[in-house]
Amino acid sequence: MRWSSKGWWRDGRLARPAGHGRPALHRTLTNHISAILLATVTLLSAAPSADEKHISVFSPVAVYTLPVLERRGSEYVGLLELLEPLGSVSSQTDGRYWRLRYNAVDAEFAAGKTHAKIHKHDFDFTAPFLIENSRGLVPLNSLSALLPRFLGTPVNFRESARRLFIGDVGIQTSFRLDPSNPPRLLLNFSGPVNPTISTEAGKLRMVFKRDPVVSPGSQSISFDNQIITHANYSENDGEAELDVAANQPLMASFSNDRKTIVISPIGVSAVQQPPATPSGVGPGRQNPAPAAPAANIAPAAHRVLAVVDPAHGGEERGAALTDTLAEKDVTLGFARLLRHELEIRGFAVTLLRDADTSSTLDQRAAAANVARAGIYISLHAVSQGSGARVYTALLPVEGTSNGIFHPWNAAQAPALPVSRVVSTAIVTEMQKKEFPVRASSASLRPLNNVLMPAVAVELAPGADGVADLTSANYQQRAASAIADALVSVRDRLGVQP
Amino acid sequence: MIPRHLLIGVAALLVLVVAMGIYLRHMRRQAGELESSAANALPVAPPASGPTETVTLYVADDDAGTLRARSAQIPLPGGRQQRAEELLRTLLRIYQQPGAAHPLAPASDIRSIYLVDPGAAVIDLNAAFADQHRSGILSEQLTVNSLVETLAVNVPGIQRVNILVEGKTRDTLAGHADLTEAFDVLTIEQAGGQ
Repeated sequence: MRWSSKGWWRDGRLARPAGHGRPALHRTLTNHISAILLATVTLLSAAPSADEKHISVFSPVAVYTLPVLERRGSEYVGLLELLEPLGSVSSQTDGRYWRLRYNAVDAEFAAGKTHAKIHKHDFDFTAPFLIENSRGLVPLNSLSALLPRFLGTPVNFRESARRLFIGDVGIQTSFRLDPSNPPRLLLNFSGPVNPTISTEAGKLRMVFKRDPVVSPGSQSISFDNQIITHANYSENDGEAELDVAANQPLMASFSNDRKTIVISPIGVSAVQQPPATPSGVGPGRQNPAPAAPAANIAPAAHRVLAVVDPAHGGEERGAALTDTLAEKDVTLGFARLLRHELEIRGFAVTLLRDADTSSTLDQRAAAANVARAGIYISLHAVSQGSGARVYTALLPVEGTSNGIFHPWNAAQAPALPVSRVVSTAIVTEMQKKEFPVRASSASLRPLNNVLMPAVAVELAPGADGVADLTSANYQQRAASAIADALVSVRDRLGVQP
Repeated sequence: MIPRHLLIGVAALLVLVVAMGIYLRHMRRQAGELESSAANALPVAPPASGPTETVTLYVADDDAGTLRARSAQIPLPGGRQQRAEELLRTLLRIYQQPGAAHPLAPASDIRSIYLVDPGAAVIDLNAAFADQHRSGILSEQLTVNSLVETLAVNVPGIQRVNILVEGKTRDTLAGHADLTEAFDVLTIEQAGGQ
């Protein structure tokens, strides 16, 4: 190999510098660096562009993506690469012939020809077979007929979306809208899914890159709901996309081993309708449903959004309160009760989880911040001690605001004075109900990361020990005290626009 | 025929790979030498001996939910770092006694304390300390506050304290108390030691 430019590799030997000493050395080094930079730029320019087309293959043994090539006005894919993840495959190029063996199936293709022999049977392509760099390329629109000859199983090739399903691997989708207030859209899938979820104005978008999700039947589904209005399904470039449209910001959470996605609005009002009956505080328990104290219901102009965060969830069980009782279960039941107590006092309430699902601490903080809630309440439970503890963030209070930007780990600092007012109010109300209570500070995430007034309430056992933690009456007293406290400081909390 | 620019690029990358390989080998050898010399140079912790001094320990009480200052007379070694370690080990022994007001697992230990000027300390706990710690906001925060306040009061100049577990940052002590950020001594003192 010979370089036409000066330096580096010449006549099969490493070129020597033209002279000795530093100038020559510098020149040589400069030449080397230039060559490397040139090569890097060349390689980068040859890198796949964002416009490159792909085909996604979904099979019981592998899910993968391959590049699609445009040749002679048709789309092609490498046959060897397509079959390689699915079984034992080898190929051989012999002049204009390309032979392939997949498991026990032999095939012979000829470059530029539309005719081929597969397992001693004739096969006709819709466009000529091509050989490039010993790679056999077959037209995409022949795959539906070609692949069953090798695989022995039916395939479903969605050519316009370039999504290839081998065997019965499709994940079915169904929708169910729970029209309660707030409404919830439940997307049920026949298998676990892991979409990329993003939100934009009026829309929540789920992109399924590696999940063989198939059309729910109709491309567009309308819901008879004023908040969540419709959903659209589309497929393109190997991906499926589900968009849910709403006239309020939406959030999504996973449940049922990622087979269900629950979509609900962030920060919806709950005062227009009678409150829903809470879902229960623990196994076999019935919640009391006290009458709404009508005098406490705030006018619509003074609605405050409370974000209630039942700590832990999913794999993250929190403290083991007994051998069988996990903190995550107590916090969820307590949160549902608190939601009820707040709703009947005129607060809009969002639970950050309403099932045994997990979220990271950052996700919880982000959800509360995006919702622009007036108050954030994190709920915990513990088996030691008695009564309840109310915590505010262990942070120095900032004297002045830093404008619209806040350090993530001290985002709570500007709101800390009001958080302490809320904490004091909760202590006062609990003491009125003869509930043992103590207030203090804790370095507890995501308390530090939320912008609005924020407290954490840790429920400890009462006189009956740990059994109190799942007692509806016990939780009711605590939840009622918290709700009364928030009513007493409602004017200090942010009001929903 | 393979395009020429591709050949040039591959050749350049091959040269880079070889050069990086040689450099990596050199660095690994150097790191190995450093590690072995560092291991040889590690001081052996002396047994706690020396003149007895009066120190103030901030001992957690779960029932009261607070820290209580307690004076103790203990022999302290001469070095600042060794003094800090001995101080916290004395505190741990209180928590490991039967019937302690804030029990910690018997295997809990302080691996090391690093004092980094100006004003920073790093407490490195062993895995058992965190893994066997009771889960709960109060219990975890009391442990943190007890370690931080005891260290800050008896080792002058400490303004912030980081807590590691087995030399690594850990999200929480036992599911609640956040260990990812340094604890500000003044903020903990102002919070009243819980």
